[in-house]
Amino acid sequence: MKNINPIPASWVTPESVYLSRRQWLKAMVAAGLLSSPTVRAAYTFNSQPNPAYGRGWKLTEAKHVLNYNNFYELGPKKTDPAENAHLLPLEPWSVRVEGECERPRTFTMEALLRFPIEQRIYRFRCVEGWSFVAPWDGFELRRLLQQVRPTSRAKFVVFESIYAPDRLPMQRLPLLSWPYTEGLRIDEAMHPLTLLAVGLYGRPLAGQNGAPIRLVVPWKYGFKSAKSIVRIRLVEKMPMTTWVKEAPHEYGFYANVNPDVPHPRWSQQRERPLGSWFKSRKTELFNGYGDQVAHLYRGMDLRKWF
Amino acid sequence: MVLKTVGVALACLLPVVGVGWTFYHNGPGPNPVETLLYETGVWALRLLLLTLLVRPLWQALRLLGSFVWLRRTLGLAAFFYATLHLLVYFMFDLNLDLAAGWEDLTTRPFILVGMLAYLLLVPLALTSSVRWQRRLGRAWARLHRLVYGATLLGALHFLLLVKNPLATLEPWLYLGIWVGLMGVRSRF
Repeated sequence: MKNINPIPASWVTPESVYLSRRQWLKAMVAAGLLSSPTVRAAYTFNSQPNPAYGRGWKLTEAKHVLNYNNFYELGPKKTDPAENAHLLPLEPWSVRVEGECERPRTFTMEALLRFPIEQRIYRFRCVEGWSFVAPWDGFELRRLLQQVRPTSRAKFVVFESIYAPDRLPMQRLPLLSWPYTEGLRIDEAMHPLTLLAVGLYGRPLAGQNGAPIRLVVPWKYGFKSAKSIVRIRLVEKMPMTTWVKEAPHEYGFYANVNPDVPHPRWSQQRERPLGSWFKSRKTELFNGYGDQVAHLYRGMDLRKWF
Repeated sequence: MVLKTVGVALACLLPVVGVGWTFYHNGPGPNPVETLLYETGVWALRLLLLTLLVRPLWQALRLLGSFVWLRRTLGLAAFFYATLHLLVYFMFDLNLDLAAGWEDLTTRPFILVGMLAYLLLVPLALTSSVRWQRRLGRAWARLHRLVYGATLLGALHFLLLVKNPLATLEPWLYLGIWVGLMGVRSRF
């Protein structure tokens, strides 16, 4: 075959130079002289605001939501995920959906983006006592689950985040049990509030926010909303999830936002909106979504099933 | 002596100046209170460990002259950071709510341990002057051994509050240094 490459080999930057440039840039970022460019999923989508969710709420500044993250795959400090987002192998991405269903299948990112995507403003409350209000772009998880046809034995849904220890150095350490695993009861997963998000503030998800696709369950503490999902399993038994395994007396499977069930080390009565000095907001039961989700837990002792 | 003391005191203020500089230039960030609590707490602890290091250092380097001025300055700087730490917690975490503070104190061991550490420091700060040192005589030295207990409680407070204690090195590092300094002390 004829050589059609018009670029002479001498023009190609040697890898060592490329790498040293990268290190140099990293040092600049670390020294605060340069802000790191945001690494985002390249997948694009069209979404229209759905006025039924959070219309008119005051949004948290995007820079806070993009620079204050818990994503241990990219580092244990709040600022690590934004700095290390380039480590995520974002393309190609697909999500395997399997288990107790009639039509298990692998969804490519292109297929996922064909679901009806809309923008919704949700409150987000972290178990650590901070919160934000932001517009997510995504589609209802139930649309995807309906396509694979869960069987009557599908009582729970398990979400697994990316596991790539060759790319993500943190996954070579026993920081948490990898892959990060979360779960919902099937009725919670089928609830219209439960989203699979692909965007935030109208743009494709940034790596640190769980690109290219993540869960958003606004009435539960943030750790339930698994990031960078690669596998969804329908199962019969309540699954063991990452933080429950890590500290069962601190984190429960349900993890519904509840001001009356304190964390062992802090009260959950109030929360600090990102960017604010004071814990200026009173935390609400089910993060204020009680009118839509309280019926899911009728008759349950929320202190026992925290 | 005065010049040295002022120099050390100013150096001790650098961390808080650094935080102020960062807040001024980059903005206070998503969670300024978390930053302040971490910086003030960790510097109180580091400075306490430094005060414990002074005597062994003097002996190891066979330095002549008094080192009491240095220990006093470092100790007071540690107390300054511990006080800031407590004030930030009371103001921004508790919203000045005494009932919430009582609940924290009685149900959360790491708060109790931290508060005990602070309470041990108070009499040391109050009796830190040369005049009190003379007035108390030998009892002064005994009283000021409380600093070992306060430092240990401070390190424990840190260990008890981190989310992932087995995977977080920093509190273990301080505990290790404390144990090492106790070992050195027991040799004299």
